[in-house]
Amino acid sequence: MSITIQKISKTFGSFQALNDVTLEVPSGGLTALLGPSGSGKTTLLRIVAGLEAADEGTGGQILFDGVPVTDDPVNRRQVGFVFQHYALFRHMTVFENIAFGLNVKPRGERLSRDEIKGRVFELLKLIQLEQLAQRYPSQLSGGQRQRVALARALAIQPKVLLLDEPFGALDAQVRSELRRWLRHLHDTIHVTSIFVTHDQEEALEVADSIVVMNKGGIEQVGAPNEVFQNPATEFVMKFLGDVNVFHGRIHNDTPIFTGELKDENGVRLLVRPHDLTVQLYPGAGISLPAQVYRVLTAGPLVKIELLNSQNNLVQVHIPHAEYQSMPVKPDQRVYLVPKESRLYGNDNARIEYVI
Amino acid sequence: MKLSLKEKSVLPGFGLSLGYTVLALSLIVLIPLSALVLRSSELGLAGFIDTLRHPRVLASFQITFLSAFKAALINVVLGVTVAWFLVRGRFPLKRLADALVDLPFALPTAVSGIALTTLFAPNGMLGSALGKLGIKVAFTPTGIMVAMIFIGLPFVIRSVQPALADLNKELEEASRSLGASRFQTLLRVVLPLLSPAILSGFTLAFSRALGEYGSVVFIAGNMPMKTEIASLLIITKLEQFDYAGAAAVAVALLSLSLLAILLINLLQARTTRYLGN
Repeated sequence: MSITIQKISKTFGSFQALNDVTLEVPSGGLTALLGPSGSGKTTLLRIVAGLEAADEGTGGQILFDGVPVTDDPVNRRQVGFVFQHYALFRHMTVFENIAFGLNVKPRGERLSRDEIKGRVFELLKLIQLEQLAQRYPSQLSGGQRQRVALARALAIQPKVLLLDEPFGALDAQVRSELRRWLRHLHDTIHVTSIFVTHDQEEALEVADSIVVMNKGGIEQVGAPNEVFQNPATEFVMKFLGDVNVFHGRIHNDTPIFTGELKDENGVRLLVRPHDLTVQLYPGAGISLPAQVYRVLTAGPLVKIELLNSQNNLVQVHIPHAEYQSMPVKPDQRVYLVPKESRLYGNDNARIEYVI
Repeated sequence: MKLSLKEKSVLPGFGLSLGYTVLALSLIVLIPLSALVLRSSELGLAGFIDTLRHPRVLASFQITFLSAFKAALINVVLGVTVAWFLVRGRFPLKRLADALVDLPFALPTAVSGIALTTLFAPNGMLGSALGKLGIKVAFTPTGIMVAMIFIGLPFVIRSVQPALADLNKELEEASRSLGASRFQTLLRVVLPLLSPAILSGFTLAFSRALGEYGSVVFIAGNMPMKTEIASLLIITKLEQFDYAGAAAVAVALLSLSLLAILLINLLQARTTRYLGN
């Protein structure tokens, strides 16, 4: 079931949570809405679910498989919604929680008692918690609760599955385990899913497609590799991992990073720590002078901290072998050469350049 | 058996506070109650049972317990509704409405009794209107119930209000997203989660109504066998210098109340099984 989001805006009082958002979510995929808090990602998810109404008068529409559902209340949209804090019914057992959606169906559509039991145990098997059917949510761990919440949402055979920061409340180890499990689950059931996260690693690891959001708008949509390798905006580049920023300006069509800084046509060169190499002499292309400040050799990569000519901290991550071949020391003057970098102008958009 | 707190606590002075608790409970609760039991024992077992088996006494117990029970039930419906509006509603003067809830606590019971009687008497504002419909309130068992509803309502509202405010809205959203209608959500999710609070509100309203005197006697009419409540009977016996008889009725009233409250607490423990303790 594909999801179409058309011209959706939402204001809370004077705060514009979403600003004219249009997005196409393909059928059967696992899509991540990625962004910092306040970027509108949860609001968008809740509007898709019908838990929140979009601003009226902007012509905003939500369509499932081309059919408008904007006016359908949440209980008729047939969406599975998983909350960050599980929202399990604590007065019901695991079994009763999962069976809830099946038990509230109108009498004509409701399955028989045995059929419901069969379906619930099928789902319990899927989440590998068959032996805990008679427990109450308070007797489960966080990871188990979230799996029960997922099974409860899947019980109604939803057209789409919506997950709001599903792993946000779990500790790091359980989270990565559950991430892998969700990916595997999605590969088994193929229900069109959208999940909200502020964790770029989670989005890159789990999703088929990532929608990067910022300030109520969409910055970029693409496959994980696409958004990571070709960030359309400076925001995306910064949000998807550590970056070093070099301020500069365009002079005769060439970016330069020394001398006067505050220029009308200022540009910023963004380089990830692992895309920088340290050299003792300047190279042919961009070479940025810097002074070694600290070297950290503990860990899988050697982390070198340097101060550039603008006295800003720069981080460089290189393999141990590369460091051994040329071990730099604090206070040593060196040149940084980006293997891979992106240039962004003042309008946040990327500038293509060749050196 | 060594006395101690369940868990180590940062609060000092366990011995001192235990002593104080026991002293306060003794002075305020145990000693007066023991005196009551002692006084009634003057009658001997046979005299005690005879006093209680008197038709007038039995009738007063029936009226008191039945009216208190019905009033508490009605208060649950009214109280939950009012609490719902006070927590979830948005309307002008909400704070004022919230403050008004406590008024029956502050009002001298005699004042509320007289006010209710004036209102519901056959020539009163509401009484005359209801009279045209053939409904008599003042000087009937219904009147007793009305007074008990009036004094019990704040207990239910104040018990349910915090539980309702704590109720996670996501639970209602989850229920709705799973296909439940508003009514199903209320019935299957909201009310069960509020039930411990509702039960304690019920208990408070019920026990307050059992012992209520001031606001009931004016509207009840106090006809023996028909609209005479147990606490009035106690006063009547006192006025006739039948102190032991009064004590006997009081002991019976107390024991029955204690039994009823214990039963409700048991029920409450059952409804909170899921908390895992």
